[in-house]
Amino acid sequence: MSDRSPGANRPRLTLHVPEPPFRPGDEVDYSWLDIPEPDAVPRPDETAAPEAIRDLAYGLIRVLDFENNAVGSWNPGLPPETLLAMLRKMALLRAFDERMHRQQRQGKTSFYVKSTGEEAIAIAQTFALDRADMCFPSYRQPGILFARDYPMVEMINQIFSNNADPLKGRQLPIMYSAKDYGFFSISGNLATQYPQAVGWAMASASKGDDRIAAVWCGEGSTSEGDFHNGLTFGAVYNAPCVFNVVNNQYAISSYSGFAGSERTTFAARGIGYGIPALRVDGNDALAVYSATRWAADRARSNLGPTLIELFTYRADAHSTSDDPAAYRSAQERTEWPLGDPITRLKRHCIALGIWDMDRQAAMDLEVAEEVLAAQKEAEKNGILGHGLHQPDITMFQDVYEHMPWHLKEQSEQAARERAHKWPE
Amino acid sequence: MARMSMIQAINSALDVTMGRDPDIVILGEDVGYFGGVFRVTAGLQEKYGKERCFDTPITECGIIGAAIGMAAYGLRPVPEIQFADYVYPGLDQIVSEAARLRHRSAGDFQCPLAIRIPFGGGIFGGQTHSQSPEALFTHVAGIKTVVPSNPRDAKGLLIAAIEDNDPVIFFEPKRCYNGPFDGYYDRPAKTWADHPDGEVEDGHYTVPLGKARLVTEGNDLTVLAYGTMVHVAQQVLIEHGLSADLIDLRTLIPLDIETIEASVKKTGRCAIIHEATRTSGFGAELSALVQERCFYHLEAPIERVTGFDTPYPHSLEWSYFPGPVRIGEALERLVKAEA
Ligand SMILES: Cc1ncc(C[n+]2csc(CCOP(=O)(O)OP(=O)(O)O)c2C)c(N)n1
Ligand SMILES: [Mg+2]
Repeated sequence: MSDRSPGANRPRLTLHVPEPPFRPGDEVDYSWLDIPEPDAVPRPDETAAPEAIRDLAYGLIRVLDFENNAVGSWNPGLPPETLLAMLRKMALLRAFDERMHRQQRQGKTSFYVKSTGEEAIAIAQTFALDRADMCFPSYRQPGILFARDYPMVEMINQIFSNNADPLKGRQLPIMYSAKDYGFFSISGNLATQYPQAVGWAMASASKGDDRIAAVWCGEGSTSEGDFHNGLTFGAVYNAPCVFNVVNNQYAISSYSGFAGSERTTFAARGIGYGIPALRVDGNDALAVYSATRWAADRARSNLGPTLIELFTYRADAHSTSDDPAAYRSAQERTEWPLGDPITRLKRHCIALGIWDMDRQAAMDLEVAEEVLAAQKEAEKNGILGHGLHQPDITMFQDVYEHMPWHLKEQSEQAARERAHKWPE
Repeated sequence: MARMSMIQAINSALDVTMGRDPDIVILGEDVGYFGGVFRVTAGLQEKYGKERCFDTPITECGIIGAAIGMAAYGLRPVPEIQFADYVYPGLDQIVSEAARLRHRSAGDFQCPLAIRIPFGGGIFGGQTHSQSPEALFTHVAGIKTVVPSNPRDAKGLLIAAIEDNDPVIFFEPKRCYNGPFDGYYDRPAKTWADHPDGEVEDGHYTVPLGKARLVTEGNDLTVLAYGTMVHVAQQVLIEHGLSADLIDLRTLIPLDIETIEASVKKTGRCAIIHEATRTSGFGAELSALVQERCFYHLEAPIERVTGFDTPYPHSLEWSYFPGPVRIGEALERLVKAEA
């Protein structure tokens, strides 16, 4: 055993606990945030070796410059109809979020989660994937369903837990499932989808298929073991999987420092696994599209997984159960240097001459109307209300494929209780 | 004495123990500056500093594992798991490590953790904010499991749990955080403001682990319950005009078997109530114990009233919950049964 004295004149150890740059009421200044010029990290060939492109994990892939032009080697050169289609989907999702949030406030359901400020991510990414590719989302990627034209009425039926809810009132609002749309059932438990997506991708590879998987989690969720389990399996089996980390700076009240952002980027998590990693401006729909396309093409060419960090800002509360005024400065949102994804794409389309403010205003009205119509339609099937909308038997179904005796007995008990509580 | 909700009482337990013992530290998701998603740790970071009450990365496995290491150093960590439904990634550290550390090291190391976990349903939280997984823990040798039902007990039991040298799982019935819940979700919510157990001593006191509490005394039957279900059971007993020993178990392991045994031998009839799923639930253990120890005194089959063996549903929450109708039916069957 060594004597303690050699170190005795060193300063005492101290425990480091991360502290966010701003708290409520603070003046917000993001000038320390490094926003490189578009093309500071040019687009490499999709076959590049991971060790040759490590700088992509530390830079920031951007296409839209501050003058709303699409510039540089990552410019995907999308045709006007694709740009406008993405813009419309993003506007539709925002309108949907606004209205559904209000429905929760009016007591028509228990819970809601918005993806405000993150619309470019799921939507542009889904545009960059094939329709047959399998998505394993977190709760903040409903944009996938919008991009794949999933019926909004079905989403609202689910949110209202009503008698047309495709998930039979079982799941918390917004925890959708849509296999026909390549959308895996959302789990409330964070990061569990990471290894699952890899498994799906491994299966696709083992069957000689050409479909790939894509998976999302928040930056906070990268702390969970399952995030790392996914990366390990992905690396070991060269799985055709696109790993996405949506870094919206917050995990409920905890800023990204509690997931490790003080030391390095989330993209850099890929480097240790030998997985190519891209860090992207998540509020730039074109950069998001382009990076995703790069990763998807690479996976489809049997070159394995890519990790993408989508750098963005959670512009609203974590969920309807949260009030961010208690832990962060309201100025953060307004000062966010990468702006708003919808505004930026809109301005780009206007700069291209394919769009104008009048059409934008008309579109905003149209999407609001569309959402309202869908809500009216869904509301005919009921709103959340003390479980009157599902027959009790639905609670006992699908626990197992075939209902065992004890669940049959319990379902009879439930039926007796219902007759007692709500006699016709 | 002060009027406290269960949230305030638990906060007070943390405050009082942290003030007395600098080795007590709190860690968990959002527990620091924000004070936890249920506000249970509010103000503690400000009062005791970031080194003693701090946010963690979102990894339950990491939270428990780090807490075990801190305990090995000599601290007394009080980790919070945000919802019982999210404890599973931490199970390996609890079951394989915390539970066995004293035994496998022949007392060389010990693991004084009090792991606070909000649990139970009734808040429209769906299948991932409603579960009652206590039986997973009572099944593991080396862990104590505690479930308070009211503010006064919550404070005293938590202080006892923190001062205990074994790992303790401390389940907080979140449906009762702000008031006793009698099972009638469609009536105005009650608060702790006018409930006798909302009166809480200010300073340090303990409610010993392993001691149940007789909430009401009677001769018709014995009702065993814990957490939220104590209040639901009490309401049903009143409605049905039954005279019962209502026993609030308070601690599941170690269990106060003496109180249970004495009561069942007196009444000859026993009902067990919990919100958790039925099969292999803690009620099965209680039922086995009562049968083994009181068989010749029993005048009717033991009744178990529980949640159903399904995931906790969202919209059908109140069909799932073992509410007044299910309990009432079972209690009537129990008192009317003739040998
Ligand atoms: C295993 C698990 N632990 C804790 C939670 C509670 N929880 C829900 S969302 C959340 C924060 C997630 O943050 P992040 O991964 O950054 O995603 P974001 O919400 O920002 O999209 C937490 C802690 C959970 N759902 N699952
Ligand atoms: Mg986040």
